[in-house]
Amino acid sequence: MTSQSTPDGTNAERTSPLHDAHTAAGASFTDFAGWQMPVRYSSDLAEHHAVRTAAGLFDLSHMGEIVLLGPEAGEALDYALAGKLSALNVDQAKYSLLLSRSGGIVDDLVVYRTGDDRYMVVANASNRDAVAAELRDRTAPFDVEVFDESDDIALIAVQGPAALSILLATPGLSADAGALGGSDFGERLSALKYYWSLPAEFETHPVLIARTGYTGEDGFELYLAPDNARALWDALLEAGAEQGLVPAGLASRDTLRLEAGMPLYGHELGLDTMPAQAGLGRVVNLAKDTDFVGRAASEEGPDPEARVLVGLAGEGKRAARAGYPVFAHDDTTGEDAEVGVVTSGALSPTLGMPIAMAYVAPRFARENTVLHVDVRGTRLPFTVTALPFYSRKKR
Amino acid sequence: MAAERDLKYTPEHEWLLVDGDVATVGITAYAAEKLGDVVFVELPEEGSDVTAGRVVGEIESTKSVGELFAPVNGTVAEANSAVVDAPELVNSDPFGEGWLVKVRFTELPDNLLSYDEYAALTGE
Repeated sequence: MTSQSTPDGTNAERTSPLHDAHTAAGASFTDFAGWQMPVRYSSDLAEHHAVRTAAGLFDLSHMGEIVLLGPEAGEALDYALAGKLSALNVDQAKYSLLLSRSGGIVDDLVVYRTGDDRYMVVANASNRDAVAAELRDRTAPFDVEVFDESDDIALIAVQGPAALSILLATPGLSADAGALGGSDFGERLSALKYYWSLPAEFETHPVLIARTGYTGEDGFELYLAPDNARALWDALLEAGAEQGLVPAGLASRDTLRLEAGMPLYGHELGLDTMPAQAGLGRVVNLAKDTDFVGRAASEEGPDPEARVLVGLAGEGKRAARAGYPVFAHDDTTGEDAEVGVVTSGALSPTLGMPIAMAYVAPRFARENTVLHVDVRGTRLPFTVTALPFYSRKKR
Repeated sequence: MAAERDLKYTPEHEWLLVDGDVATVGITAYAAEKLGDVVFVELPEEGSDVTAGRVVGEIESTKSVGELFAPVNGTVAEANSAVVDAPELVNSDPFGEGWLVKVRFTELPDNLLSYDEYAALTGE
């Protein structure tokens, strides 16, 4: 047997501040953007199901955090990014894109406004240096400073329907002592809205708790200093054990985000992709009254024939995987023509059927169109399906 | 089930249990661990001829696809239908209920590995 999967990342140079905890928990590791990160602890399927039904604990310390500080931080980001970040309230977060001049995607980001003149931009690990460099370059004319804080910030995510209850049960988590607001930590955490954050403390150390995630479930992401990450990780695991919390690796994170229809940089997003092709046109704020990098190209938009992102749902158990070509029957020639390519795919653990995301020619992107994916020599039918494949039931 | 020490191995992380002229073939625990949770197994049909070194089946996990190579020349005597119905057996019992095919062979290749040689290969 040979495997086409990435070999274990024993050559990866960087390790998370939680590495020892992962090793102790029996994790298998993978090389992810130069980091040795847990791909699974025991079973990626069990970890996936735990997030859907209870909760999973993820180490995302490889993510990049770039902080902008200064009176013009908001205006600087309005110019550097596709969204209008100056319009964010303090403690609010927004999904955004860093575009190239030609309108392609340099990275997708979550931007947190953490103060009147302070923002934290969270970048994909593989793009951390590019994002930091672009932000420095693009914001140079503004009264703002850019700090790459990635090495000084660890990130732990608690994702799943039990996430709130687990955080409430975790000893040591409390409201930021300096914060105003009156009501207690539990009330404020429970009331925290999606894409908002709460400055808090863990055993007197600052932690930013955000109601964000990448799994399609309710959940939180906790940013804190690396030195305090292990204690918080252990406290969360202990407090969450009886509610079904398990550590979860990147394998389950990938199937979770795929079910939730969330794009992954390097798969659905890249420099040669414009947001409109990826269904992210709404993230590019053309109503913004100021210029931004990539604006002219975005206004022009992609070529009308440019491939667009679709969801594909198959039958049986065989997954369409990244790189597999997509075919459609061409009525004019009577032959099958290659009309696209799969960018992510798996047998959906929750839905039990093969699901995939693919870029296809626009005329084959209509829902219910039947296309065929070449799965290692066998063409299997897949139906164009609205994203996401999975939505949690809102309470 | 024979002890792992008594099995033969291939560099492609398959094991063979030889009984007379029939070899039972599976993938090793090391390989199953590397694949992750197996969710789909495709095996050759019973009665089909297989050639050593050729791909005769697939083992898919959520993350990747593994190919099953025939370790010997011969004829498929039995394919494990239980593992087709319950691919997770490859993870839960790779050396037992997770076996994949039984091949009736003419002769064994001389490049099969012993337990110690295979253990040295995987570093475990």
